[in-house]
Amino acid sequence: MAYLELNNITKNFGTGADMTEVLDDINLHIEEGEFVAIVGFTGSGKTTLVNLINGLEAPTSGEVLFKGKPVEGTSHERGVIFQNYSLLPWLTVYQNVEMAVREAFPNASKDFLDKRIKEYIAMVNLSPAITKRPKELSGGMRQRVSVARALAMDPEMIIMDEPLGALDALTRGNLQDEILNIWNKNKRTALLITNDVDEGIYMADRIIPLKPGPKATLGPEFKINIDRPRDKTLLNDNPEYKKTRNAIIEYLMDIGNERSSNSTIHYELPDLQPRDLRWRA
Amino acid sequence: MKDSLLRAFRFLGLGFLEPVVRLAAGEDSKKNVIQIFKKVLAPIASMILFLGIWYTGSKSLYNKEANYAIEKTRSERGDAESEKTRDCIASGDVSCQPNTLPSPKQVWNSFQLLLEDHRQISANKEAFIVKTSALNKKRLEQGKDPIVYTGRPSFVDQIKTSIKTVFAGFLLAFLFATPIGIIIGLSETLRNSFNWLIQILKPVSPVVWLLLVFMIVKTLTKDSTGDTSYIISFISVGLCSMWATLVNTAVGVSSVDKDYINVAKVLKLGTFQKIFKVILPAALPLIFTGLRITLSVAWMVLIAIELLAQSPGLGSFVWEEFQNGANDSNSKIIVAMFIIGFIGFLLDQIMLTIQKLISFDKGSDV
Repeated sequence: MAYLELNNITKNFGTGADMTEVLDDINLHIEEGEFVAIVGFTGSGKTTLVNLINGLEAPTSGEVLFKGKPVEGTSHERGVIFQNYSLLPWLTVYQNVEMAVREAFPNASKDFLDKRIKEYIAMVNLSPAITKRPKELSGGMRQRVSVARALAMDPEMIIMDEPLGALDALTRGNLQDEILNIWNKNKRTALLITNDVDEGIYMADRIIPLKPGPKATLGPEFKINIDRPRDKTLLNDNPEYKKTRNAIIEYLMDIGNERSSNSTIHYELPDLQPRDLRWRA
Repeated sequence: MKDSLLRAFRFLGLGFLEPVVRLAAGEDSKKNVIQIFKKVLAPIASMILFLGIWYTGSKSLYNKEANYAIEKTRSERGDAESEKTRDCIASGDVSCQPNTLPSPKQVWNSFQLLLEDHRQISANKEAFIVKTSALNKKRLEQGKDPIVYTGRPSFVDQIKTSIKTVFAGFLLAFLFATPIGIIIGLSETLRNSFNWLIQILKPVSPVVWLLLVFMIVKTLTKDSTGDTSYIISFISVGLCSMWATLVNTAVGVSSVDKDYINVAKVLKLGTFQKIFKVILPAALPLIFTGLRITLSVAWMVLIAIELLAQSPGLGSFVWEEFQNGANDSNSKIIVAMFIIGFIGFLLDQIMLTIQKLISFDKGSDV
């Protein structure tokens, strides 16, 4: 039995004629301590898949099992890092993290909470900004708060929904390393949703492409056999990296082409000639 | 020093004084002089223009009224009498002044007179209190009610009463509309079931609310001998003005960003935590916009309601002056008009200031 199991999941929105089938026949098994990345195009149903796993939504059919038990609603055992940070703008960095820590450790002493909050904010290098509000922070800093908030609750599994999608390349690289460091430290299970194949290869043990919806489903998995810690600068010359990267991109290109050629709508183009508008004598 | 002064000015809605402060602090003079021209001199010029139009307008209305009076005397009582009327008007005698829109000067004079009147009345009141204090002590010892001053209220007293009424009404609206708005906002079923009622009651005129409140309060206070007009007017004010808060609160609570709700779910906040730590702070800007509208509506309908309910205050002051028809009644009405406008402006500024203090997006505009 795997740590997290998704068995024959389908997810539809709406009913009757308005029904859209977002996910279909999803099967996913993640072992404890594993780092899995799911890559897919935007709009392919990635966020829906994440919401099924973290418990914000329930599948139409099939089952999500976490440690052998079906997922019903959200749980502190699964920490979520949202795509758009989702910090509460009226709270400071400290208060945003505090809110999560208080919920995760309801019986803990004040000192313990304070220490833990400060520790996690320090971990994402935000101690100087501890009294600032999200509006005063840059995108990268906001996402770091979000990371601190998710991790401070001490979840057994971290679910990341395109956490770095909106950041510039440099910040992105730094945060990737930070997340990897934290994951490495206490070997939590991690699921990363991303649209960046390189990010997936750099961070994950396995990459699974998500075929775009409607009726999105998971494609064949690609194992990343590169030793950790991985060095970004050397990665480009690693033959294993090149091979995996090419295979994944080829696969994604193929399903992309398949999707556009599968289009059943045929547009009749009008047979028109431009009129001669030159002045005639 | 300069920065804190600027912040204080902006906070108090006196942002137009900013270039003056900057100039005094010795900043870029050319730019600030232009700013002073734009932000300080231009408003003053528009005020002067307004006074000018008012002055010429009232002058021509005055002349028209005067000519009409002279012509009327001529046709009714002959040339000699008409000359007498003309002289009388020209001499400025109170007995024959044309009754029309007063000039700015007359209004200013009336304002001074009203202040003088207020000083007089408060002096009288104080004298009365001093005179009756010994007697009142005795009456209290005997278990009787003390003698109170029952003289005519001054203009300033009327203003105070009006402000008291508007705050009582506003408080009522606040205490009533915000909790109901929150409850309605949280439940879609409740929102749907009350929507029609709110939509129908919202556009009802203040006059009708007053009559409704009158019907109810009259019956409820059958056995009390006190003055119910104050109760009637502040309840009506509250009822008329609460709709903006009710609707805005409901909309604010029901339209909280889905991301925040997801956060609350992922953190597994309890229902109360979710309402007080996530939903209410997120809805606060809209709730406050509602409260601001409520206060300005309350002040606006208050005048009409006082006028109709005959409860003391600026509204009844205006009405009494209109009924009075004395020589300076018109200018007193205009004085009241400006005072009403000015207090309304102040109330709005107070609300804006509180909103800036509480709201979380204050970083953007202060």
